[in-house]
This record gives sequence, C-alpha cells and structure tokens, in this order.
Amino acid sequence: MTKEEIKQAGTVVACKPRLLNDNTMHYCPGCSHGVVHKLVAEVIEEMGAEHIAIAIAPVGCAVMAYNYIDVDWIEAAHGRAPAIATAVKRLNPSRLVFTYQGDGDLAAIGTAETIHAANRGENIAIIFINNGIYGMTGGQMAPTTLEGMVTSTTPYGRRVDLNGYPLNITDLMARLPGTCYVTRQSVHTAPAVKKTKKAIRQAFENSMAGKGTSVVEVVSTCVSGWKMTPEKANEWMAEHMLEKYPLGDLKNVDNE
Amino acid sequence: MARITGAVDIDRERCKGCDLCVVACPCNVLTLQTKDVNDRGYHFVADTAPEACIGCAACATVCPDGCITVYRVVEKP
Repeated sequence: MTKEEIKQAGTVVACKPRLLNDNTMHYCPGCSHGVVHKLVAEVIEEMGAEHIAIAIAPVGCAVMAYNYIDVDWIEAAHGRAPAIATAVKRLNPSRLVFTYQGDGDLAAIGTAETIHAANRGENIAIIFINNGIYGMTGGQMAPTTLEGMVTSTTPYGRRVDLNGYPLNITDLMARLPGTCYVTRQSVHTAPAVKKTKKAIRQAFENSMAGKGTSVVEVVSTCVSGWKMTPEKANEWMAEHMLEKYPLGDLKNVDNE
Repeated sequence: MARITGAVDIDRERCKGCDLCVVACPCNVLTLQTKDVNDRGYHFVADTAPEACIGCAACATVCPDGCITVYRVVEKP
C-alpha cells in the first residue's frame, strides 16, 4: 500500500490533541514541557473535562502554558500556584483544578505553599516538572540540582558542603497524610510517556473524586540549561537523575 | 497473520528538529533533514523510508510539539 492509501484506509492512532492549539510552543527543541503539555491536553480531552478544567500556571518556562492548552488558566505569582489552586477548588468544588509547576517554582520559592496545600489535603492535582535546574533564567542551580551537577552558578559542580543536598520534595509530600497519590514518572521514552499519561489521568480523577492532593513528578530534561542535544540529555537523565529520583509510585491510597 | 502497515504525516512547519522521534522509531523510518529548513529556520524530520513504517506511534508519543500524525492499517489475510 502506498502512503496515500494507508492514510485513506487507516485509522489515526496518534495525532496532536485538539486541546493543544496551533500556536508554536516557545520551548526549546526537545524540551520535556512539550510532551507533558501534550499529555495534559490528551487527558483532559479524554475525560471530557475541557469545560470544567481550571489550570494554574507557574513562573518558569511554563509561564505561558495558557497560550498552548485551550482550557481556563490562572497565572500565579512565583511558587504560589498551590495556594491559588486551593482557593479555586474550594470555591468551585465541581471543577478539575490542577497546577503545573517546575522545580524552581515548586521546590524553591513555593515550598511553603506546596507542602501546606498537600498537608491540608486540598483536592488538587500538582504536576511537577523536575529538571534539576532553573531553565528559564539561564540554568542556575535549583534545590533539586544533583550533587556534582554543573550549572551556571555551580561551574565546578554542586558541592554539598557549600550548597546543601538535593531536595527530594516528592518524597517529603508522600509522607504527608493529606496526599492520596504521589508518583514519579519521566517522558524520555515512549513507554515512559504512556505511564506518565496514566499517572496524570489518575491524579485528575483523584482531584474530581475529592480524595486529597495528587502529585505527579515528571523527571525531565533541560537541553539548553544542561547544554546537551535532546538525545544526549535524555541519556544523561536516565543515567544520573533517575538514580536520585527513582521512578514509580511513592504513595497510592487506592492500593493500601 | 495480519499485516500491519502504517504511515506518518509530519507537520514540518511545527517541527523543531529535536531528533527525538528519529531516536524513538524502531524501524528507521524517519530522518532529520540536514540541508532543508522550515520557515522558522529549523531542520525538520521527514519519512525517508515510509515503506518500513508499522504504525507503532512511538515517534508521535515522544514528539514534544505534537507534529506527527500516525495512521495504521491492519490487513487481514
């Protein structure tokens, strides 16, 4: 069969989700944000939740996420997305409310808001993109930066005696009684992307069912900040990041 | 045995040439163009060996920009 015949006779098995609009994303080529945006759009579309979804955008590379996914968005001050999400969900309990945050937003300036929202058990979903770096501002050290990792502010690698230890905030949140589902996923291979999609779906369903706070950490790459090609960045992430941030479910109250 | 064939459609103007789909493809269907660029100046990906496609959609799954549409036909004997 020729390509045209296959296109005529075949079924579409994958395409750009309808909720991801035609605006070209400003992310660097190969950025993990794009994949996660696509998954969020797909999950909302599959749940038929586009009219009830309210997303809270962070400050960071994903600050303009509202340009790309056609649902309602609120732009929060740096790190304050879980606090805004708390208000939105309490005032509109029937809405699907989620935040989309990076590690500089969630694990640094927003630590208080994040931990307390999770500890109160707010019925929100938190999508946490962890690439171990402040991507937007030029690749500075973040709390999640690995020991020995070279960034623009730690040119000889992160030193524990000077900069402290990498903060594993997802592990912290898994210990809080308010969280119902805490998982760590990645998007560096096709099977990993499918698992991440399932995790996002689970988190959104938990939010709607009022089970508590769901956290989906996505271990990601930053091709510009790490100064690597997308392929190399994925390899580096699999080799180094996953050792400190191992993949899998940390907590799922449904299984307990 | 049923024979599965596939085809990919690439939105070359949306493509940023990150090469992740080329790495993900198990059948080496895709190649990143080394000379041609799109309107935004990026090298884009093209299906240079379309007959090898099995419609697994690994390329579309890893594509950060949603540029790829995958079609699949299952031919029953």
